[in-house]
Amino acid sequence: MKLRSILVGAALALTAASGSLAEKTKVGFVYVGPVGDGGWTYEHDQARKAVVAAFGDKVETMYVESVPEGPDSERVMTDMALKGADLIFTTSFGYMDPTINVAAKFPNVKFEHATGYKMADNVSIYSARFYEGRAVQGHIAGHMTKSNIVGYIGSFPIPEVIRGINAAYIHAKDVNPDVQFKIIWAYTWFDPTKEADAAKVLIEQGADVVLQHTDSTAPQAAAQAAGNVITFGQASDMSEYGPKPRVSSIIDNWAPYYIARTQAVMDGTWASTSTWDGIGAGMVGIGEITSAVPADVKASAEALLARLRDGSYHAFTGPVNKQDGSAWLARGETADDGTLLGMGFYVQGIDSEMPN
Amino acid sequence: MDLSAISPTLLVASLMVASTPILLASIGELVVEKSGVLNLGVEGMMITGAICGFAAAVLTGSPMIGFVCAALGGATISLVFAVLTQYFLSNQVATGLALTLFGLGLSAMLGQSYVGIKPPTTYKLDLPLISDVPILGPILFSHDFTVYAALALVLGVWWFLKYTRRGLILRAVGESHDAAHALGYKVVRVRVLAIMFGGACAGLGGAALSLVRVPQWTEGMTAGSGWIALAIVVFASWKPERILLGAYLFGGVAVLQLNLQAAGVSIPVEYLSMSPYLITIIVLVAMSANRAKSALNAPAALGRVFHASR
Repeated sequence: MKLRSILVGAALALTAASGSLAEKTKVGFVYVGPVGDGGWTYEHDQARKAVVAAFGDKVETMYVESVPEGPDSERVMTDMALKGADLIFTTSFGYMDPTINVAAKFPNVKFEHATGYKMADNVSIYSARFYEGRAVQGHIAGHMTKSNIVGYIGSFPIPEVIRGINAAYIHAKDVNPDVQFKIIWAYTWFDPTKEADAAKVLIEQGADVVLQHTDSTAPQAAAQAAGNVITFGQASDMSEYGPKPRVSSIIDNWAPYYIARTQAVMDGTWASTSTWDGIGAGMVGIGEITSAVPADVKASAEALLARLRDGSYHAFTGPVNKQDGSAWLARGETADDGTLLGMGFYVQGIDSEMPN
Repeated sequence: MDLSAISPTLLVASLMVASTPILLASIGELVVEKSGVLNLGVEGMMITGAICGFAAAVLTGSPMIGFVCAALGGATISLVFAVLTQYFLSNQVATGLALTLFGLGLSAMLGQSYVGIKPPTTYKLDLPLISDVPILGPILFSHDFTVYAALALVLGVWWFLKYTRRGLILRAVGESHDAAHALGYKVVRVRVLAIMFGGACAGLGGAALSLVRVPQWTEGMTAGSGWIALAIVVFASWKPERILLGAYLFGGVAVLQLNLQAAGVSIPVEYLSMSPYLITIIVLVAMSANRAKSALNAPAALGRVFHASR
């Protein structure tokens, strides 16, 4: 008797639960770092909060932070799908194959993978043209460096990061022909200890500008301790390190996209797409250029920013040669998205070998 | 490739800073092992110290209080190990491993609300003229105080073990606890104190990481330094002065690999990244090849359970 009543109760509870679930759209987020990283994951979580704010009771979000790239992420995604997620955002490059694998098992769940290139009927990809922001950073870096050495902390040698290095280098070289890039690969997206060590080494080797493509604020702290070094906020504004060392930043703004995609799932209009928006569409924001930058440099950086925004200038405009000296872009020619998405080479002038 | 970009002076200066956390942890573990206890929980004690120190420094605004709390935190968690192994006579290897796992989990929980926060700046030595002396200035006179504290601690431990009566008792306990017990020394008390000292040192090492070297808090930020500290103790064949050498060697390789990368040396980064660990393995193999000599150095009662039956 007792057991039966428990079972009935459980069944009732289940029906009630699934009833309320049907009305709510469930959206899952898989994060590569902690939401408090102050950079990449922080901005994705801000966008998640924006989704909650936009839809209120109609949406339920869940997230898992610090998910390692690779097989473990597959488990997390599967778990989310089993919990009834309608839409899952997987927010790091290394989740690409796991996303495709899990998506094949759950054809009714929609997946959105950030910064990758593999799609499926229920997998969209989205990314931002961070390299446009890198062009602005390179411009400021070229003007600001006194030692003519710019340090660059890379995460992994993947197209997204290489594009950033190339864009920054081209625009630094534009304004300062003597500029030299020193590149350290940290092989992590988020490891403050490694990032801090890398920044210190770059500074010791003469860099007075440090660009980072890793997610923590540790390089900012190292630059602050060193004194006369400038940095740029990565993925998030990192304005707590302004006005110096942080003189500007690239800010990822995912909120409009996340809201639009959630809306599409609700309306039943979701389709597999590839989105790659830049400064113009507002997906990439440039943080305030601080008072540590001279007014004329700030003005020319803003002019460059304006041209990137209205589309009258492409961050990869010829003439540009590849590192080995072979021609890539002729004068006035702009890079096509295909080459950019698969970019695996440095441009001419970068004195560093790319790891395999 | 441009090796001239690597300044030997700055390299030495930064390897001193980079090796301070493992130096602190390994000198503490040396004392523990000298008393005949093998505590494999260094990693767990370090990370506990890292978060205790970080939290205290952020809450009070004083790095000094942070370091004190880090030492207390490390000593407290090592007390768990001390009670289990000394009073309940549990297996030291298993308990030490459990301590590492426990410390990693506990620190992750304590640190939930401290991710992405800036700690107060730790005082750095900056003598007007002396710190600017070429070569010697950056190497000797421009560090934060943890570097000097660690060096002083190594000196202190060396002196304590070699020249004091208490040091002699500690070594006696580590060599033969039965003989020490027969002479009337409190074996368990000596070992508990040694374990707590080791915990405090590991805690300080953790705080040197979270308050000075990075300075930030992240889950699992010790990233294996506790294990390196354990390896250094063996590498140093239980001699304090060699601990210094070992720690600087390990710290040096870590700093050097980044320097080489920035200088554009085309050695695959993976080789450089694994080199400290590779050196550990080679040293351990070399040491165990000469079994008679290394056995001579290891405390005879290391890892053995003491039970006063008479």
